[in-house]
Amino acid sequence: MPPIVALRGVTKTYSNGTLALAGLDLEVRPGEFLSLLGPSGCGKSTALRLIAGLAEPSGGTIAWSGAAAGPPARHDIGFVFQEPTLMPWATVAGNVALPLRLRGTAASEAAPRIAAALERVGLAPFRNAYPRELSGGMKMRVSIARALVTDARLLLMDEPFAALDEITRFKLNDDLIALSGALAKTVVFVTHSVFESVYLSRRIVVMTPRPGRVFTELAIDAPYPRGESFRTSAEYAGYCRIASQALTRAMAAAA
Amino acid sequence: MSIPDSASTRERWLQAGLPIVTLALGIWLWHEVVLLYAIPPYVLPGPGVVASTLVSDWGLLSDSLLATLVTTLEGLLLAVAGGIGLAVLFNVSRLIEYSFYPYAVILQVTPVVAIAPLLLIWLPQQAAVLACAWIVAFFPVLANTTLGLNSVDHNLADLYRLYGASRSQMLFRLKLPAALPYILGGVRIAGGLSLIGAVVAEIAAGSAGAGSGLAYRIAESGYRLNIPRMFAALILLSITGIVIFFALSGLSHLLLRRWHESAVRRES
Repeated sequence: MPPIVALRGVTKTYSNGTLALAGLDLEVRPGEFLSLLGPSGCGKSTALRLIAGLAEPSGGTIAWSGAAAGPPARHDIGFVFQEPTLMPWATVAGNVALPLRLRGTAASEAAPRIAAALERVGLAPFRNAYPRELSGGMKMRVSIARALVTDARLLLMDEPFAALDEITRFKLNDDLIALSGALAKTVVFVTHSVFESVYLSRRIVVMTPRPGRVFTELAIDAPYPRGESFRTSAEYAGYCRIASQALTRAMAAAA
Repeated sequence: MSIPDSASTRERWLQAGLPIVTLALGIWLWHEVVLLYAIPPYVLPGPGVVASTLVSDWGLLSDSLLATLVTTLEGLLLAVAGGIGLAVLFNVSRLIEYSFYPYAVILQVTPVVAIAPLLLIWLPQQAAVLACAWIVAFFPVLANTTLGLNSVDHNLADLYRLYGASRSQMLFRLKLPAALPYILGGVRIAGGLSLIGAVVAEIAAGSAGAGSGLAYRIAESGYRLNIPRMFAALILLSITGIVIFFALSGLSHLLLRRWHESAVRRES
């Protein structure tokens, strides 16, 4: 199958002269769970923003495949930021409804989809709560529900669980695996956590910092669904060791 | 852990009750001092005289109160509309902002007392008074709204762009709601300033011999050495200011209580 999106020789220089990406080659294949793993400053968030169309590359191409073979309609991407990024003045349901409202979806059509998205992340009873009433993990669930509500084929996640405590993060990791499996989503997940990337991904792309480019690539062949038994297995520990060594070499290569 | 209920109830009673106690004490002291030193009413009228003047002159004073109140509220409404409208224009077009923002500042920093006589020559009296109230009141709304519109969470703005929000959706669904706490802060300041602007203009107009607001009554009573009426008008003016402040605070609380940190009562 052709990749959903392919980045070839993509560079990004910011107006202050920072070279964030220098010749990034990356393919996102349909249905895969891909992690971009790297230290801070390796341009992994920049890559995600370029794919989302929130920034323009300074050089190189970003090629989309599929029906139109052009950039997808913008709402065909779900984006989850590092912070929950919720509107504090809107209820949980109002926040999840945002992508549909901006598209002008009729309320009668939107309502069941909002309910379904909230059901998926286990927040149905909180639909009328305001964000300030929720815990950090619950806010992140709302953010995920909002990314799911348009049924986008590509889900981009920028270190979504980095600010959460470990117990909450494990729970959300499990839920995310279940979700992406059930909904057959393609996910690009940015993280600086070796353990998280191994646990979640089918494929890990390790990046070097300053300027960012691909250092190496690892396949994690453990079958889904993964759970507590995988997290405590020798196989998992082995993958973590490999990924960790790759990350160390990536940082050494850049220094 | 929350404090025991009885303690927080006592705290609230003290907070509401103590100002009333100090007020009563102050009035009693005022009464005693006037009595003790036999101060004539044209220098300092006792509280009793002021109260009876308030009742006997109520016809005249209530008309003046209404006039001042109407000017203040009109000035405030125009300031809110103008301040928010101008801030939105500035936010939409950088060119408009660069062209006009300095003049908005000049209008603000020039003391309104100094402009009032000129406005009274140019404009009909009522319009001049209103213009003064507006000039002082609109700038805090403009400045706060501008700050609020520029304080939108960048990620949230990105999200709106990602989902293809139009400019008007950005404004009405994102920027204005995000700016609401700032706007309400500006409006609360503007409420008090609008009253000040109206009073300044009325006093300036009063010395020109026309007018009917409370501040005009104060100036007029001064010329006639009718000090009890002066006090009565002053008290009404002060109450007006307090009522406006609490009304706007209440409005702000009502609009923000569900979601904004400022309006949330935290349990310690």
